[in-house]
Amino acid sequence: MLTIREYVRPQTLEEAYTLCQKKSSVVLGGMLWLRMQNSQVGTAIDLCELGLNHIEETPDDYVIGAMVSLRQLEQHPGLAALTQGAMAEAVKHIVGVQFRNLATVGGSLYGRFGFSDVLTLFLALDARVELYHAGMMSLADFIGMPRQQRDILVRVYLPRAPRRVVYLSQRNSATDFPTLTCAIARQNGQTCCVIGARPMRAMAFDDEKGLLAAGVNETSAAAFAKDLAARVPLGSNLRAGEEYRRLVCEALVRRGLVQMEGC
Amino acid sequence: MEIKLNLNGRAITAQADPDTLLLDFVRAQGCVSVKRGCDTANCGLCTVLLDGVPVLSCSVLAARADGHSVQTLEGLQSEAEEFVTFIADQGADQCGFCNPGFVMNTIALLRENPDPTDEEIRAYLAGNLCRCSGYDGQLRGIRAYLNSKKEQGGARDGAEK
Repeated sequence: MLTIREYVRPQTLEEAYTLCQKKSSVVLGGMLWLRMQNSQVGTAIDLCELGLNHIEETPDDYVIGAMVSLRQLEQHPGLAALTQGAMAEAVKHIVGVQFRNLATVGGSLYGRFGFSDVLTLFLALDARVELYHAGMMSLADFIGMPRQQRDILVRVYLPRAPRRVVYLSQRNSATDFPTLTCAIARQNGQTCCVIGARPMRAMAFDDEKGLLAAGVNETSAAAFAKDLAARVPLGSNLRAGEEYRRLVCEALVRRGLVQMEGC
Repeated sequence: MEIKLNLNGRAITAQADPDTLLLDFVRAQGCVSVKRGCDTANCGLCTVLLDGVPVLSCSVLAARADGHSVQTLEGLQSEAEEFVTFIADQGADQCGFCNPGFVMNTIALLRENPDPTDEEIRAYLAGNLCRCSGYDGQLRGIRAYLNSKKEQGGARDGAEK
């Protein structure tokens, strides 16, 4: 059962950061995962009054506040165009509309959850995160940071540079956690393939062997998928075994590439 | 702590603990249509509208709703009455336990998208679980309601001409 001794709505990021240095403090995102934990929270820090619930556009990036909901991501026309619909595809299987109206981008990424659809897609999109204390860094670097570090994720930056994007996931049943996620982005002939729900945190892979260098077609897509599925570190949990995940991985990567290129 | 919010059009001021859930808060205010189902943010039974947006009240702190507007089925009777008989006609509410959540989310759906396709209805209501009916009854009921509205609109247009 979750208990909270004090609830605070900081008026500045500095105030929020200072409060979150205590071990007993927790920054509230959508509170959906936190709610499931059996923990005693000293101070619950709600960022809801810091204006972080907007998606803004700069010439180079979409700037997504940490309190933006997954539903906002799903419905944003600019993000839909940037990702050719992959953004909505990545979040639409997450429980239901009511859940996605609560779940936040900040909560989804800060937790660096193994099962995260959002982490998988944002990694493929070359996202950068802005932390209040540690500053800007790539999402890939952030994933590697120790979880003990207490900071505030303020915004996420998605580059607007055009790229082909596709997102696929496999679930045992609708609205469940994914058994495997796959996001592929292709830009200037370079392919980045991210596999998540391994069941560990999402990992990015490049076309190191140049299997797609001559272009993506059914044959090269199958070769790349087979090679990637053989080398991606996978594991087992209650939802799926390692061997099953490896088969699903090969199928999703091949289908994703074929779908992306329309071949 | 003191919570001030607008509940179904009424200004409410009440004391709540920092970890009181909105679900328990609104029930304590007499809104017992809001039910605790799975308690794991999965079943949609506890759906309320927070500033007009459907959310799971089992996963929102009452403190977070402070200063905001909350609507439950108690405050949306006339809007619900328009279509619930169509759902009942299809036998979609067998035990009826999931019904308040379904109705709340259907209200949100029809406000956001007054003419949804079957696929859009299914997608919007995916977060509402029913263990009796298999969902087709709800879908048929909402479709029958929308068709009826269109027929009424057509008849009215015809009468006006």
